[in-house]
Amino acid sequence: VSRPGFVLEVDRSTPPILFHHGEGFRLERLPAGSRVVYPAEPVAPLKDPDAAIRHALLNPVGDSQPLPSLLHAGMKLTIAMDNQAVPLPPMQRPDNRQRVIEIVLDMAAAAGVDDVELIIAHGLHRRQTEAELRHMVGDRIYDAFAPHGMLTQHDAEDHDNLILVGRTEQGEHVELNKRAVTSDLLIYVNVNLVAMDGGHKSTMTGLTSYRGLKHHHNVSGMQRSRSFMDPPSSELHNSVWRQGRILADAVKIFQIETTVNTDTFPSSFAFLQKREWEWSARDRASYFGVSKSLERVPPRMARSIFHGIKSPQKMTSVQAGEVEAVHKLTLENVHRQHLVSVEGQADVLTMGLPYVGPYNVNSILNPLLVMCLGLGYFFNLYRGKPLVRQGGVVIMSHPTRWEFHPVHHPSYIDFFEQVLTETTHPLEIEKKFEEDFATDPWYIHLYRNSYAYHGVHAFYMWYWGAHALQHVGQVIIVGGEPRAVRRMGFKPASTLRDALEMAEDVVGRNPSITHIHNPPIFIADVT
Amino acid sequence: MRALQFRRNLPRYGAAMVAASVVPGVGARVGPLRLADVDEPELPGPGWVRIRPRLAGICGSDLSTIDGKSSRYFEPIVSFPFVPGHEIVADSDLGRVVVEPVLSCGPRGIEPPCSFCAAGRTGNCQNIALGELEPGLQIGYCADTGGGWSTAMVAHASQLHVVPEGMSDEAAVMVEPAACAVHAALRPGADQPETVVVMGAGTVGLCTIAAVRRHLRPGTLIASAKHPDQRKLALELGADVVVEPGEVRRAVRRISRSPMVGDSVGEGAGAVFDCVGTAGSVEDALAITQPRGQVVLVGMPGKVAIDLTGLWHKEINLVGAYAYGVEATGERTFDLAFDLARDADLGRLVSATYTLDRYRDAIDHAANAGSRGAVKVVFDLRGERNR
Repeated sequence: VSRPGFVLEVDRSTPPILFHHGEGFRLERLPAGSRVVYPAEPVAPLKDPDAAIRHALLNPVGDSQPLPSLLHAGMKLTIAMDNQAVPLPPMQRPDNRQRVIEIVLDMAAAAGVDDVELIIAHGLHRRQTEAELRHMVGDRIYDAFAPHGMLTQHDAEDHDNLILVGRTEQGEHVELNKRAVTSDLLIYVNVNLVAMDGGHKSTMTGLTSYRGLKHHHNVSGMQRSRSFMDPPSSELHNSVWRQGRILADAVKIFQIETTVNTDTFPSSFAFLQKREWEWSARDRASYFGVSKSLERVPPRMARSIFHGIKSPQKMTSVQAGEVEAVHKLTLENVHRQHLVSVEGQADVLTMGLPYVGPYNVNSILNPLLVMCLGLGYFFNLYRGKPLVRQGGVVIMSHPTRWEFHPVHHPSYIDFFEQVLTETTHPLEIEKKFEEDFATDPWYIHLYRNSYAYHGVHAFYMWYWGAHALQHVGQVIIVGGEPRAVRRMGFKPASTLRDALEMAEDVVGRNPSITHIHNPPIFIADVT
Repeated sequence: MRALQFRRNLPRYGAAMVAASVVPGVGARVGPLRLADVDEPELPGPGWVRIRPRLAGICGSDLSTIDGKSSRYFEPIVSFPFVPGHEIVADSDLGRVVVEPVLSCGPRGIEPPCSFCAAGRTGNCQNIALGELEPGLQIGYCADTGGGWSTAMVAHASQLHVVPEGMSDEAAVMVEPAACAVHAALRPGADQPETVVVMGAGTVGLCTIAAVRRHLRPGTLIASAKHPDQRKLALELGADVVVEPGEVRRAVRRISRSPMVGDSVGEGAGAVFDCVGTAGSVEDALAITQPRGQVVLVGMPGKVAIDLTGLWHKEINLVGAYAYGVEATGERTFDLAFDLARDADLGRLVSATYTLDRYRDAIDHAANAGSRGAVKVVFDLRGERNR
């Protein structure tokens, strides 16, 4: 039985706490009285995931028939799936998507379905390379579909292949991939890494266009999502659900959602998911060996080492059927793994940011992504109220180099150079620059033909942190490149001690401090 | 009289070259520039008058000379020893005057004048080593005239422009650099480019921004500036967008919404004014200029090694912009510059004044103006003894 997450109160006997720090780590001594929130240990995986998948497909939840009865010869079947933004790090083969789709395809073949297409629902994310696709769906599926043009990547700028399904009562456009919408059956396969994922959000972000996304990927929506990791309290999800119901009325959807446990790092990095006082001699040796080695290699090589990590996380549940009924079960399974109870807010929230987030698989966690990972994702990993009080301070640890992947994130560079020099205020940014970037023909060309995130995607990174920017009084980045940190309107600090001293200027002396020991991921249930 | 004098002294010039490659402006300490008591220059001939400088600016070309970075191109068109200073507002029998320093056929007593001078294009005069004067392309580089960094000098009457009443000395001392900028802004001629880029935001760059905004009226004026104060002034003087120098290619691409072709912007700016004059700035300029567009070298470039393939491929016009005279509109550049200095309040660009005694500090300040939040550093001769 895995141990649940818990909150440690630091005292004089507490060993230094591990902070992720990009492609490296730091051991930091937190002041006595600080709290450290630890994630739960990985919950037990499904013993036979393939059997569980078959069971889910044959025993759907909600208003849905078993999958085989929805399949028949002559039908048009589309299988859409999450892209490589989840899970993180990419999981060891076979990926959940491969397992599920292989079984779905067996059932489709048995029913005589021969018009089948697979679509990577990557929304405005970059296209994936062949190697990345093979890793995700497996060689068998890739070789059977990709050479024939039947494994495609959603193109949100291919207007000939988008359909306006309708509009919600609030006027929100429901515009989706034509193949998916005109199919007799749309099967969606997801990997529900965190509570934000899945449900109607799968289709309404992965298969839509800028026109569809802008109704919920905006500053106002993000500021009113408290938090977007808690769908019932998320304005983003409210909008997405409204859109999703319009789609569900127009297309038969069979949703298959899977969850994974938090067995995040392979054995060579086992110390990353242990509590420090439980480190064995081998863990300590691993930590020092890895840390010292990383100090000696150039950042590019360190990045390459880290992006080679394949996570041993395992499937913990699978549910299929009608979207909302499926997702209700999925959330329960996510929460079973992730929820940690925390009492009260702190003056200062500290976090160590790792090398990877959803938007830099095999890429660089550039400064905008640092902001998004810290103030977007980590800050919002709460239910109830934020871990830090209104006007408090967030301290993030990350190298935050002024470095961007020129192929993957071209508009990010321009956003960083040209937008943030004028203003860091999300609403002003949205009003003055978003449309221009979103419709820039060059970014559109790179998104469609190269491996670039869409021109507007950089804006979403900033919006993702809009709630945190509104909530906190100051953001400090420990170990970050000063000019990159300042460009974002944050303050650089050399050490955690310096950062805590700087924080006292905002929150007063002897502040209460909470540190989130993440990843592995958890959601703080703050009361 | 007291004057800062620049003598021919090769060992000291070499020392300045070496030292200044490490510390800009240090040429004033180790190079051939000296503060001295010297005889006032004699009047070279009829039409010449004696004037007494009030303010005299320190220009980028002066700094190049002091730091041993000048091109050898200048060797035959200067004469030693000379008193630097060609941005001058001075007292004269006519009242306060600004000096138009080019030593063309008129001041040199050459009759008939060359075809360029006859057409009013005195900046193009190639007789600058001939006539009644020692060689010198301008006052401030000629042994016979003295220069602005002194308490007294001579100038030809044709070089003097009376300062309008109400114009401050600070605004008046900016008229000469403003005239360079106006002349540069008018180089693209009748073409009215939609997007214009001004690279660099020192004195020349900022004056060029103001001149381009006034005379070219582009749809979008992008400027590159290194320092925060420069960025602020660039916006105030008419730039729509200001970016850091290393970001100019991406900025032009985004604003022109055009593709990148390698490192080049596909459909970039119609005109680019390079007010930096380094190999890097010229290459940036070529990369962001649209096919058949124009790059105007406003900053003195010196010897640079650049890849001209882009210029050839995009059929770019690379032109220089030196000095002033009479523009294609028939107006005298200095008249336009007076208007610009007044309307754009260019006097605000004068950031610091120094006495001649403190010339080393002044040169050091001017050589590091941007990083110290300054633009134009000038010598203030109004309180000098023996003036």
